[in-house]
Amino acid sequence: MSSNKKYWKSVEELENGSIVEALRNNEFVEEIPTDEFLGNADAMSSSTSRRDFLKYVGFSTAAATLAACEGPVNKSIPYVLQPEQIIPGVADYYATSVFDGFDFANLLVKTREGRPIKIDNNTISGAKFAANARIHASILSLYDNMRLKAPKVEAKDSSWAVVDSKIKSSIADAKAKGGQVVFLTNTLASPSTEKLIADFIGANPNAKHVVYDAVSSSAALDAFETVYGERALVDYDFSKASLIVSVGADFLGDWQGGGFDAGYAQGRIPKNGKMSRHFQLEANMTLSGAAADKRLPMSVANQKQALVLIYNIITGSSVSVNLAPEFKAEVTKAAQQLKAAGAKGLLVSGIQDKNAQLLVLAINQVLASEAFSTVGTRQIRKGSDAQVAQLVADMKAGSVHTLIMSGVNPVYTLADSASFVEGLKKVKTSVALSLKEDETAAVATIAAPVPHYLESWGDLVLTKGTYSLTQPTIRPLFDTKQFQDVLMSINGLTGSYYDYLKAYSSNYIVGSTWNKVLHDGIFVGAPQVTSGGTADYASAANELAKSKAGAGLELVLYTKTGMGDGQQANNPWLQEFPDPITRVSWDNYVTVSNADAKTLGLSNEIVANGGLNGSYATITTADGAKLENVPVIVQPGQAIGTVGLAFGYGRKAALKEEMQVGLNAYTLYKGFNEVQSVELVKAAGEHEFACVQGQKTLMGRGDIIKETTLEIFNTKDSKIWNETPKVSLDHKEVEATSVDLWESFDRSVGHHFNLSIDLNACTGCGACVIACHAENNVPVVGKSEVRRSRDMHWLRIDRYYSSEETFEGDNERKEGIAGLSSSLSTFNEMEKASDNPQVAFQPVMCQHCNHAPCETVCPVAATSHGREGQNHMAYNRCVGTRYCANNCPYKVRRFNWFLYNKNSEFDYHMNDDLGRMVLNPDVNVRSRGVMEKCSMCIQMTQATKLKAKNEGRPVADGEFQTACSNACSSGAMIFGDVNDKESKVAKLAADERSYHLLEHIGTKPNVVYHVKVRNT
Amino acid sequence: MKKVGNHNPNSRKMFLSLAMMLAFSFSSFAQDAAPAAATEAAPAAATTGGDPVKGKALFNSNCAACHKLDAKSTGPALRGVAEKHDMAWIYKWVHNSSDMIKSGDAAAVKLFNENNKAVMTSFPQLSEADIDNIIAYTSEPKAEPAAALPGAQAAAGAADQGGSSNNVILGVLALVLVVLVVMLFMVNNVLRKVAKANGIEVEPKVGRISIWKAFVKNQFLVLVSCIFLLLASGYFVYGYLMQVGVDQDYAPIQPIHYSHKIHAGDNEINCKYCHSAARVSKTAGIPSLNVCMNCHKNISEVAESTATPEYSKAFYDAQIQKLYDAVGWDKTTQSYTGKTQPVKWVRIHNLPDFVYFNHSQHVTVAGIECQTCHGPVETFEIQKQFAPLTMGWCVNCHRKTEVKMEGNGYYTKIHEELSKKYGVDKLTEAQMGGLECGKCHY
Repeated sequence: MSSNKKYWKSVEELENGSIVEALRNNEFVEEIPTDEFLGNADAMSSSTSRRDFLKYVGFSTAAATLAACEGPVNKSIPYVLQPEQIIPGVADYYATSVFDGFDFANLLVKTREGRPIKIDNNTISGAKFAANARIHASILSLYDNMRLKAPKVEAKDSSWAVVDSKIKSSIADAKAKGGQVVFLTNTLASPSTEKLIADFIGANPNAKHVVYDAVSSSAALDAFETVYGERALVDYDFSKASLIVSVGADFLGDWQGGGFDAGYAQGRIPKNGKMSRHFQLEANMTLSGAAADKRLPMSVANQKQALVLIYNIITGSSVSVNLAPEFKAEVTKAAQQLKAAGAKGLLVSGIQDKNAQLLVLAINQVLASEAFSTVGTRQIRKGSDAQVAQLVADMKAGSVHTLIMSGVNPVYTLADSASFVEGLKKVKTSVALSLKEDETAAVATIAAPVPHYLESWGDLVLTKGTYSLTQPTIRPLFDTKQFQDVLMSINGLTGSYYDYLKAYSSNYIVGSTWNKVLHDGIFVGAPQVTSGGTADYASAANELAKSKAGAGLELVLYTKTGMGDGQQANNPWLQEFPDPITRVSWDNYVTVSNADAKTLGLSNEIVANGGLNGSYATITTADGAKLENVPVIVQPGQAIGTVGLAFGYGRKAALKEEMQVGLNAYTLYKGFNEVQSVELVKAAGEHEFACVQGQKTLMGRGDIIKETTLEIFNTKDSKIWNETPKVSLDHKEVEATSVDLWESFDRSVGHHFNLSIDLNACTGCGACVIACHAENNVPVVGKSEVRRSRDMHWLRIDRYYSSEETFEGDNERKEGIAGLSSSLSTFNEMEKASDNPQVAFQPVMCQHCNHAPCETVCPVAATSHGREGQNHMAYNRCVGTRYCANNCPYKVRRFNWFLYNKNSEFDYHMNDDLGRMVLNPDVNVRSRGVMEKCSMCIQMTQATKLKAKNEGRPVADGEFQTACSNACSSGAMIFGDVNDKESKVAKLAADERSYHLLEHIGTKPNVVYHVKVRNT
Repeated sequence: MKKVGNHNPNSRKMFLSLAMMLAFSFSSFAQDAAPAAATEAAPAAATTGGDPVKGKALFNSNCAACHKLDAKSTGPALRGVAEKHDMAWIYKWVHNSSDMIKSGDAAAVKLFNENNKAVMTSFPQLSEADIDNIIAYTSEPKAEPAAALPGAQAAAGAADQGGSSNNVILGVLALVLVVLVVMLFMVNNVLRKVAKANGIEVEPKVGRISIWKAFVKNQFLVLVSCIFLLLASGYFVYGYLMQVGVDQDYAPIQPIHYSHKIHAGDNEINCKYCHSAARVSKTAGIPSLNVCMNCHKNISEVAESTATPEYSKAFYDAQIQKLYDAVGWDKTTQSYTGKTQPVKWVRIHNLPDFVYFNHSQHVTVAGIECQTCHGPVETFEIQKQFAPLTMGWCVNCHRKTEVKMEGNGYYTKIHEELSKKYGVDKLTEAQMGGLECGKCHY
């Protein structure tokens, strides 16, 4: 029986049914404005009917399907005349050297089929400068599609013939009219180039040469010149120092050119119970500060006073010191230890002040430091701030007629670039010899393309007494001409620069031959000592002690590990390289201490999608220079009252749109002073960072990075400081390594590869990260993808801060947790890093577990285990379920969310033919939808084996290498075969410091870490 | 009928081989005859009376690198050279030509200038008698290619005869069959007539249900055949899908018709002479054109005997000309023009990008013959992909091939340990770990 009951849903329906009725019949309350898209009659009428449309779709689909059935026809084009030394498929290596005005190294360049694809370190004896991350990445800058490809005169395409004649006539005109001809170059360190310039100046007294370093080391150069009479820098040997005090010198970074990490790391590995001790006094958190045993965050003003205090203690002087009281005790302690160390002590300083640098020389002289030697001084910085300032003044006065610039970009790098541009307008002819049409080349009369260093000849005296050669590894890609060729042509010399160089080299390679030096890449001659006198150190100390801190915050400008001085801003590898300290890629930012951030109202937070956001701030210097909307990073360890900002960003000219990130810090670099008094004001909005590491601290998980002190290491059993985790078996606590759920493979036969990573030697420099990119065709994914945690780095360097003063403190705090509420609150607090934390780096790549969790969950057996210890990944088999990545406890697997090559959505090097020339032909370029990860460079181990088989001999120790172990100049990464009992890696794996990551889960990795020992 | 058909190919072969034997015997007579004629003609031209047979041997070992009989090479064509210079001059020239040029002998200087000022190697080791022999050989008149024709015609005739006799037999057999069929019909008719005459009633055929309808009615049969059809189609679809991307026997048309049969087969050139990279590199390498010119600087045309019914001499000569065009070699002036045009060969063996294959591992270390994977290349007129290049094909070989370890220091330790582990003396590549994914896929 049906009922006629009416149900109503609301009072309105009951009382006034009509409204509800109307609403019910009308789905959209408001009229849909269909006229907007249906009203256009022209667009609506079409000759193609719906049926026609379907026909076309059907036909084209069928045609495309049919066409797809045909396999592609590949062409194979051999040489007409094959060069003798090139065999397709076999790599050639050329020894060369690089110095771009900022970075320098002795290199081996790997070429395949005539194109350079990888940079390795030249390990011949005497070649001591290894490549850093930027030099490893420089190979990609060779294939930069935004390079200047042909000369331009007044922004119009031109030819070298025109350019040559223009330069020559301009020089003649200058001579006639009495105008100056000025060469503005970076530090050259090239004797033949300097000779060519000197010859020109000799013949043309109206010419002069101004050397300009974008990031100045003038103070140190001036001080050294005063004392020793030579404009050079000391090549410190950190391996000889047992006590290092660094006052604001980031010697593991770019201080005085960098390249000190190998020597430093040698002293950091405990040997016979001894290792070096390192005090670091600094404002910004740097790589050196992270490695230090004791780090004192302090402003540069305080550093100056601290330096005077150390000077007092070492020399027994009594200059009145105005150091903040909280640092006095610690600095005094450091100074006393330094004094006690005597010749084994070393003091270095990065303070850009001539007086401070004089004190450095004084202190080391008194100590008679073995690490401080004037034998073989560094020739890689010669710039003079005063001369550059004079040049700008001359240009504005109109007395410069012809300006020839090489290797510099003053319009970008000068703080007062407006003055320079104004002055440039009064210069008759300005020539910018440049790789790219950069900011300066764009406004110069003539923009002349020069070859990349991998396409050039050259000679270098990096340190006195050595002579390195630069040789081309590929034919010039574009219509370029070397600066030296231009110099030869204006000097009226005929012939090529190559012939000139070869003839001139005989002055330097006494007792050797051109071919030998070219093969070796370097010639080491007799040591050359720069002997010197002294200076009035006491008055320098007095002057320094009188220096006052500026008002407001102290801005300390620095260079980032990834970007340096900004020459390679169009290099996607470097842009995507996460900063070792902040772990932020694709940006520069102002680093602010936690305390200052609170008072200024600045903050960082991790938002819902996992990305890091930060406030914006506006920086204003004392003399009014302003940088707006600078993103803020709250940096643990930043000295209170100081903020940091990196050079090298904010470029626009000749850069792909994706690379135009960050802000130009050079605009604040007034008077070439890295330290500026600034005011910081919060600005509106939030910046979205691409940060690859959200968590800051270890949360007391001391088994991830095991740390101990030298004292405990020396006195206690390894069971105490390198405890093997315990698990419960049959209700008994046993060592986790003794329990096994799996049948183990027999690995005693053949090779068994292990990678050993010493956390004591690792400085976090990141050279391995870029080397891995180059070797393994790792794609670049761009800022927004990195922000989504989709970065593709096969090798990451995790950075952890301690939450307490030390990591040991963290462990104790975690142990002290009792009860749920205590654990909740304590863990919450432990997420925050200390204001002056200890820092540890840990390179993590696929651990190649012998019992790999990824292998058991793959439904298609795409990842499987090799008996040589490598965890294999067959890309063509992978269907992209990502189970493996989810089951990996180390989070080292990377998924190709998109097609990263030949895809204009990812317009990096893999999207143009030129950029793809850098790809390694022995490694597959992965497609969309497959998982990828570190292969332990299986292509390299296979090639090493094949080489031995072809030569019919066993593989020697040290022959097996991976890209990362090859790139590691500090000796932190050692790779090899542990079945070869005599090998270095077998000994390291059996060392009492060795442990595995997350040992208690029983994955039995083939990557071995070594307990970090701090000499506190 | 079928039986006859089966016999037929055999008999045809027999006839053919008989015909070939006949033909060859004729042609060998013809070849013998030609030199005989030449020796008779020789004394007429050369007064010195050398032995052209010895001369030919000497010519081939000493002169052929730079001289041809009928065409200019590095040096001039030598046929009839005795008519141009007197013998004393020739002795002197052969023994030391550069002295003659230095001394200003007009004929010598002229000759030197005509040949791009290429200095001829001196042959002091050749006695005057040797030179006489060579001259005797060079003075032989050009052999007429027609001399070989009678034999060839005879052979062709024999082949024709063989064909026609086959046809006759076939025709006779067919006739016999037709006669048999006709006879059967006639017998049948006669029998019917006899039966009618005897009054026997022949039953008319009963209209039965058609076989198709019977099949449709039988559900079991329908089911079974459906299953059969599905299985069969599954089999064929699978087979079709498995050959997608497998390009076995892929033999594309190349820009230059290069015959491996002529080079590796007839002339027995070692594979690795041209594909030298196979010994040391990942790729075997297509030889660069300068490698071709090592020989083809002198060989500008093929011999008459190289030509086949399919490819004429003119065709092959045109291919050599293509090489000259590509490398920029001017045959007439014997010099490089500098205008090159690289050859765009069509790649035959296209291994996918995700597989790493290294030739030197297989060629040098394992000592595997090229033919194992590339087939009897020396018989290929047109190069093709011989192996399927599938993973199964690779893996099968890795399973059964024993690794060549003797005398290779790399394997000493691993061989000792592995043979103890597996209890065998010879180890296969699979036992060495050659089936692991990462060994080829990275």
